[in-house]
Amino acid sequence: MLLTQRSEIKELWLVSWFKVQMSSKKVHREHHARHELHMNRSARNLTELKRGESGIIERLDLPVEDATRLMEMGFVPGHTVTPANAAPGGDPRVFRVDGSEIALRRETARRLLLRVEPTPAEG
Amino acid sequence: MSDSHCGPVATLPAPTEGIKRHVVAIIGPPNSGKSTLFNRLTGLRQKVANFPGVTVEHHMGRVRVDGSREVFVVDLPGVYSLSPRTEDEQVTHDVLLGEMKDMPRPDAVLLILDVTNLARHLVLAAPVLSLGLPTLVILNMADDLAKRGGEVDAAELGMQLGAPVALVSASKGEGLDKVFRFLGGATHTEPRVAPRVELPVLQDIPKCRAWAAKIGLKGGYHAPAPPHWTRRLDRIFLHPVIGPLVFAVFVIAVFQTVFSAGKPLTDLVQPAIDRSGAWIGQFIGNATLRSLVVNGVWSGVGNVVGFLPQILILFLFIGILEDSGYLARAALIADRTMARIGLQGKSFIPLLSAYACAVPAIMATRTIENKRDRIATILIAPFMTCSARLPVYTLVISAFIPDKPLLGFFLHTRAAAMLGLYVLGFLAAIVTARLLKSTVLRSKRSSFVMEMPPYRWPTWQSLVLRLYDRARVFLKRAGTIILGVALVFWVLAQLPHVGGEPPKIAESFAGHIGHTVEPALRPLGFNWKIGIGLITSLAARETIVSTLGTIYGIEGGDENSHGLQEAVHNDLTPGGAAALLVFFAFAMQCMSTLAIVRRETGGWTWPVAQFAYMTGMAYMCAFLANRAVTAWLGS
Repeated sequence: MLLTQRSEIKELWLVSWFKVQMSSKKVHREHHARHELHMNRSARNLTELKRGESGIIERLDLPVEDATRLMEMGFVPGHTVTPANAAPGGDPRVFRVDGSEIALRRETARRLLLRVEPTPAEG
Repeated sequence: MSDSHCGPVATLPAPTEGIKRHVVAIIGPPNSGKSTLFNRLTGLRQKVANFPGVTVEHHMGRVRVDGSREVFVVDLPGVYSLSPRTEDEQVTHDVLLGEMKDMPRPDAVLLILDVTNLARHLVLAAPVLSLGLPTLVILNMADDLAKRGGEVDAAELGMQLGAPVALVSASKGEGLDKVFRFLGGATHTEPRVAPRVELPVLQDIPKCRAWAAKIGLKGGYHAPAPPHWTRRLDRIFLHPVIGPLVFAVFVIAVFQTVFSAGKPLTDLVQPAIDRSGAWIGQFIGNATLRSLVVNGVWSGVGNVVGFLPQILILFLFIGILEDSGYLARAALIADRTMARIGLQGKSFIPLLSAYACAVPAIMATRTIENKRDRIATILIAPFMTCSARLPVYTLVISAFIPDKPLLGFFLHTRAAAMLGLYVLGFLAAIVTARLLKSTVLRSKRSSFVMEMPPYRWPTWQSLVLRLYDRARVFLKRAGTIILGVALVFWVLAQLPHVGGEPPKIAESFAGHIGHTVEPALRPLGFNWKIGIGLITSLAARETIVSTLGTIYGIEGGDENSHGLQEAVHNDLTPGGAAALLVFFAFAMQCMSTLAIVRRETGGWTWPVAQFAYMTGMAYMCAFLANRAVTAWLGS
């Protein structure tokens, strides 16, 4: 009696776990399918952007030397960034910026801050 | 023409015979195709050189223009800007400003930019044009631009920049006539004053970037569509599950190819050397001279040449992976694992090549910007089981371990022992890395910033040039060292003559040296013969095999011969054999590696520390192995 209950609980848990997995996969695939840029105005830094979303760089919260290097590679304030593929586990991740693909570790990506408020059309 | 025979560290040869040799510098951002252009222009008339005092390598080459005249071309490191922050940028900056020692200021500049990413690459044009040197702006990858639907008006862009612009495809060799014409002009025109173009404030990157965008727009530049093939391939190679699998397959394939394809080639070369040695021996009447040439010189050089096929195969693989753009993805995948031992993804590439040879591996650490990470990688690279350890392992393992199945078919005892030694070296590397990164080389978690270049087909020309370059360096460096040691050992084993005859090995100078070091090696279970072998192996690991061969009086010194195996078996206890294997897994016995570590770290501190650490560790672990095995077999 107790045994069957336990296995049922286990089964239920497995099913729900599986459902969660599948739904997150589906979301992922939907993002992937959408090719056009989708601006995310509420993301505060690069790590908060989901696949298929883009943001505009506001500033680089990094030591001058690191910031300069990243700016030379394309992470200039005002530029649009889009996250792309990543290493297994999601870190480091490749970001598309200014015509190139640059891989950054999560701790660096967190320091690249995005424009939050909706901005008027770019000049 | 005599200029091609310069020393390995020579820079530009001084202008001779009163004719001024013109120097042209190639500069461009990383991944702009600089090396491809350089190889196109110079072909085999190039050499690798080091600037004095710094570790940055550069290529020098000669380009023939108008039939007879020649221009020197310098390939400078790839940089995003000219502000001297990294060592690469410092070198580029110093050369362009004429501040580099032993290097005249270039007469002209070839600025190479990737036209598929022109707006960003044009940023480098601002500081380069502000130098006032005659400059040709080369827009590379024109074929890619056209294929992906982008366009640019080279003539209009030239007007905007105030410098001539050439649209080329270096990998296909298209559009290079304009480059040659520019180089031809550079030999007879005086440096002219750059036309006045409004340049942005160089320190302000956003301003520079805006300037580049404006110039690009006026030059009729339309960016091409994104590289679809690269995105498609990345969906596989950077897939959360398939990506690491492909990665593992690549690593295994590299190993498998090195051993399965390299070994037969090596086996093919070895008998050829033995036979040619015997053949040469026929023509030498004098016994002493014959012994010197055949045993001393020929087998010494043969030992080195025999390893060349394996090493070239490994370099072909790494060359293909690097030129195609995959290696950047491999570094990305490996980054998290490497971070666990305190290193980063860029350390992975050198460590992989260290399985062939530590020397090129250490040269490959140049891509690591963080100095401490780079030194840590250099220090652990020699722990990886390099190909020079193979003959030693093979000899001792087959002398002591009977070949029995261990896991049915899959794994036999001997292969398992070999695998165990690979794991042992790897563990030593990990422990050392953690130790270093938590003490002397502690640094805050370094950032990993790496550009993922689009996938490209590697060109045959650059692969062949790469192998040619490596073969030359390998033969020259290792060949001189092993040859020297073989000759010195041969002389020490032949002297002093007793009654006009060479002495018994135990009474020769070499024998005396062996007896002197014997007390120190006794705790490890080694006798004086192994002692001599160890001393010669300090130059290069595999030397011990040929030394022992000579000592045991076995002609040829073939590492697989039963004679040598039996002799080793009789001369070593099982404990001593285990100790010898462990010693070779850990000890730093390679003069070439020490030399390259000195060159790359810019002093003797690190190579000396590395030698002391590795040899000390080898001695202690060999002692423990000897004790453990002796106790285990004794009980």
